[in-house]
Amino acid sequence: MNPLLKSIFSTSFLFSVLRVATPIIFPALGVAISSLSGSTNIALEGIMLVSAFTGVIVSAFTQNLWLSLIAGISAGVLIALILGYFSLKLKADIILAAIALNLFASGITVFLLYIFAHDKGVSSSLKSLVFPTIKLGLLSKIPILGGILDNQNILVYIAFLSVIIYYVIVFHTPLGLKIRAVGLNPDAASSVGINVVRIKLYALILSGVFGALGGLYLSMGYVSWFGRDMTAGRGFIAIAASSIGGNMPLGTFLGSLLFGIVYALANFLAPINIPSEIIQVIPYIVTVLVLTIYSARSVKEKEVGEE
Amino acid sequence: MEKFILKYFNLIRTIIAILIGFIISVSLIFLVSKDSIAALGYLFLGPFGSISRIGNIVELATPIIFCGIAIAIPFQAQQFNVGAEGTFFISAAFGTAFALIIQGLNLPGFIYILVVLTFAGLMGAFWGFIPGYLKAKYRANMVVLTLMLNYIAYFISIYLINYHFRDKAAGYLTSYRLPETLFLKQFIPNTRIHIGFLIAIASVFIAYYFLYHTTLGYEIRMVGFNFHFAKYSGINVFKVIVLSSLIGGIFAGIGGMAEVMGIHRRFLWQSLPGYGWDGVVVAIIGHNNPILIMFAAFFLAYLRIGGQVLNLLSDVPYELISVIEAIIILLITAEAFLENVKYRITVREAEKEAFKNESSS
Repeated sequence: MNPLLKSIFSTSFLFSVLRVATPIIFPALGVAISSLSGSTNIALEGIMLVSAFTGVIVSAFTQNLWLSLIAGISAGVLIALILGYFSLKLKADIILAAIALNLFASGITVFLLYIFAHDKGVSSSLKSLVFPTIKLGLLSKIPILGGILDNQNILVYIAFLSVIIYYVIVFHTPLGLKIRAVGLNPDAASSVGINVVRIKLYALILSGVFGALGGLYLSMGYVSWFGRDMTAGRGFIAIAASSIGGNMPLGTFLGSLLFGIVYALANFLAPINIPSEIIQVIPYIVTVLVLTIYSARSVKEKEVGEE
Repeated sequence: MEKFILKYFNLIRTIIAILIGFIISVSLIFLVSKDSIAALGYLFLGPFGSISRIGNIVELATPIIFCGIAIAIPFQAQQFNVGAEGTFFISAAFGTAFALIIQGLNLPGFIYILVVLTFAGLMGAFWGFIPGYLKAKYRANMVVLTLMLNYIAYFISIYLINYHFRDKAAGYLTSYRLPETLFLKQFIPNTRIHIGFLIAIASVFIAYYFLYHTTLGYEIRMVGFNFHFAKYSGINVFKVIVLSSLIGGIFAGIGGMAEVMGIHRRFLWQSLPGYGWDGVVVAIIGHNNPILIMFAAFFLAYLRIGGQVLNLLSDVPYELISVIEAIIILLITAEAFLENVKYRITVREAEKEAFKNESSS
C-alpha cells in the first residue's frame, strides 16, 4: 500500500481527526441551535475565547476542575446573555453586536492575561489544570476503535454526548419544538402564545453552553494553556460546519468532522510537498456550495434578497 | 435646545456612546495602572507627540477608510457583507502578481500605476460580485457567505504568493519587491503618508456622491430603508444587491493594492491584516455615511496609535483599545439605547406645539 494512504488510514490519523474536530463540534452545535431559533450567532468565537480564558484562570487560582468548569460555562453564557440583551432587548442587529463581542473577547482576555500572568501571549506561567483523558484499559485492545478512542480527553466524549443531547433537546423536548417553531415563523409562533424573545434567549444560552465547552476543551485539554486569540477562527468555521449540516445533529457533527479530517490531513501531508493551502481551502468552498444549494431550494417560497 | 437634540439625535447618541467607552476605559486604567495619570496622557495625547506619530494616524486611517466605504455601500442596502477583509487581501495579492507579470512591458510610471490599480479594483469587483450574486439569486446567507469567502481569499492569496511569486532571497515569506515606478510616493517628510491617502479621500467624496446623488445610490438606500417598499415601487432589488456588493468590492480592492504600493512595496502579509473588520467598525460608528466614516477612521486610528504609545510606555496593555471599540459599537448599534429619551423629548415638543397653537387661536 502507498505509504501516504497508509498513514491516512492509520489509527493515529483518525485519533487526531477526533482531537481536532472536537473544538469545532461544540461551537457548531452552538451555531446550529441559535440558527434553528432564527438568529445567526457569530459570537461563538468570542464565547469560546472567554470560556477558555476563564477556565485557565480559575483552575490556576483554585486548582479545582469542577469550579473551572462551572466558571468557564458561566462566562460563555454571560457573553451569550449580553448578546441576547443587546439584540433582543436593545434591538441591536445581532450580527453587529456579535462582531463587537468578538472584539471585546479578544481584547479583554489579553488585557486580563497581562494583569494575571504578566504575559500577553500565553498563560504558561500559571499552573492551570487540564481535564483528564479516558483510559479504556482492556477495551483499548479492540482493533482500530480502541486505538482511536483510547487516551482521548473526556471532553472529546462529551462532544459526542453533546450531539446526542442536541438531538434530544431539538426533537424530543417542548423547548426544542418551540425553538424550531420560532425559527420557522416567529409570527405564527407568537400567535399561538409562544414568547418569541424568551425562546430566542434560551437558544442563545444553550449556544453559550456549547461554545463554552469548546473553549474549555481548547485551553484545558487540547493544550494546557491559554493563548491570545487561540480560537483562531474556529467560531467562524463552526458556522460553516453547521451550514453544511443544515443545523441538524448528525449533519452538524459530520460537517465538523469534515473540517477535522481536512486539518489533520493538512498536517499529515505537510512533509510531502502538497501545498496545505489547497487542502485547507476545500471545506470553505464546500460550505459556499452547500449553502447556495440549500438556499436555492427554498428560494421559490421566499422573496429574493430579504434578510 | 430640544429641537437641536432631536435633529442631531444620532450624532449625539454616537458621542454619548464614545464617552461611555472612554469612561469605562479610564476606569480600567485607574484599576490596573500604577501611574494612571501618565497612562491617560499616553493614551489621549501620545498620538500627537510627534510628526511621525501623527503620520502613523493618517497611514493607519488610509486602509480603514477604503474598507469602511467598501462595507458601508452594501450595509446601506441592509446587506451584511463582511467580505472587505478577504477582498482587500486577494486584490492586493493578485494585483501584486499582475504588476510583477507586466513588469517587462516597461510602462511609464503613471500609466503603470493606473493599470495596476484598475486591475486591483476589478479583482475587488469580482470578489464582491460572488456573494452579491449568490445572495440575490439563491438567497444564501450573506454574512456566512462572506465569512467563508474571506478564508477562501486568504488561502488562494497565500498559495499564489508563497508558491509562485515568492522572493526566496528575502529571508522571510514575501513576494518579490514591486518595481520602483509603481511606488505610491510618500510625500510628507518623516511620515509614510502616501498618495494612497489622497485616493482614499477622493473615494470618500465619490462614494458620498454615489450614495446620495445618483439613482443607483438612491435605490441602494431605498432597499436598505424598506425592502418591500423598494420592491413594490419598481426598484430592481436583484440588481441593487449584486451591484452594492460589487461596488463595495472595488473600493476594498483599490485599498488593498494602494497599501502594498504605498507602504510595504511588496505583498508581505502572511495572515489577514484585519482592515476589513476595522471597516465594519467605522461603518457602524459613521452610520454608513462615507464622510462620517472618514472621521470615524481617523478616530479609530487615533485610538489605536494611542493604544500603541500606552502599550510602549506604560503598564497598560494595548488590548484596552479593543474593549473601548467593542463597547462603542454595542451602544451605537443598540437602537433602543437612549430611545426613551428621544421619545420623551418628542412628546414634550409636541405638547408645547399643541399648547402654542391652542393659545394663539
